[in-house]
Amino acid sequence: MTINELIESKLKENFKDVGFTFTTYLDELTVSFNKKNIVEVCSFLKTNPELEFLLSEDITAIDNATRKNRFTVVYHIFSLKNKFRLRLKCDVDESDCNIDTVSSVWKTADWQEREAYDMYGIKFNNHSDLRRMYMPEDFEYHPLRKDFPLLGIPGSLSLPKK
Amino acid sequence: MGLEAKLNQDGFITTTVDAIVAWSMKNSVWPMPMGISCCAIEMMASGDPKYDIARFGSEVMRFTPRQCDLMIVAGTVTYKMSHVVRKIYDQMPDPKWVIAMGACTSSGGMYRSYNVVQGIDQFLPVDIYLAGCPPRPDNLLNALIQIQEKVGRTKVREFTNKPMPELTVLQNN
Repeated sequence: MTINELIESKLKENFKDVGFTFTTYLDELTVSFNKKNIVEVCSFLKTNPELEFLLSEDITAIDNATRKNRFTVVYHIFSLKNKFRLRLKCDVDESDCNIDTVSSVWKTADWQEREAYDMYGIKFNNHSDLRRMYMPEDFEYHPLRKDFPLLGIPGSLSLPKK
Repeated sequence: MGLEAKLNQDGFITTTVDAIVAWSMKNSVWPMPMGISCCAIEMMASGDPKYDIARFGSEVMRFTPRQCDLMIVAGTVTYKMSHVVRKIYDQMPDPKWVIAMGACTSSGGMYRSYNVVQGIDQFLPVDIYLAGCPPRPDNLLNALIQIQEKVGRTKVREFTNKPMPELTVLQNN
């Protein structure tokens, strides 16, 4: 049994009512599912002794612009035990732009989620300290959204007096 | 010993205050190295034995603005960083000069985007724009020589009775 098949069977067996979509591209496995199951799936992947995805490498988002579920939150996690990298994807709609935090599973998610919040404006529920990371705190836009102009909005960032 | 005998023995020159002050200032320019990105590496290289910024009397690069009279802004200035750059500039005593080193500092360079200031002249008075991405150290020395020529034309009275700058106090962080 390959590691791809192992993950697939483990997830299907433990979460019977969650609709997973498994896609493989260039031997990389991606799992998509509903955002409301994110915390339980993540903590299962971390704590299961055969999988042990102990490292959250990156949390980011994709802005699909015109699609119905506008954003996709992407998690890159790594199993040191299996030397295997897994990608999780959850769709988030603009009208309900939030997803539960996984910082209770991986501590480092605290900062990674703040980055996604700063750049895309996705709120992470129950996050202990959801502040901007790169942009000034009083900045009101989210620069990596597709509708944000590349050259910015004039006057939205302050300059010192000359 | 009378004055005539004293002068005869030790020698003397006649000059003006402007000339002697400008001459001493131009040969002891102290840079404030405001290194923000890759240009800063080239700025550091200008202090190495090959380029040797010390032969211009300008090797005193200390990371405090208190005694500096030349700010070398070397790197990409973002909107968030611009307040820091301006604050350090305000802390330098007059008279002072600014070199905008490299494409990013002078014009935003290749970063034509929302977060990079498209030229530090939007918030600082710039004396020399230095071309290059990043400029070579000898290019920086050329800018330094041009600054020296400008300093040499300085009159003392231009800098007397100048008002103190208004310093903004950071409220948090």
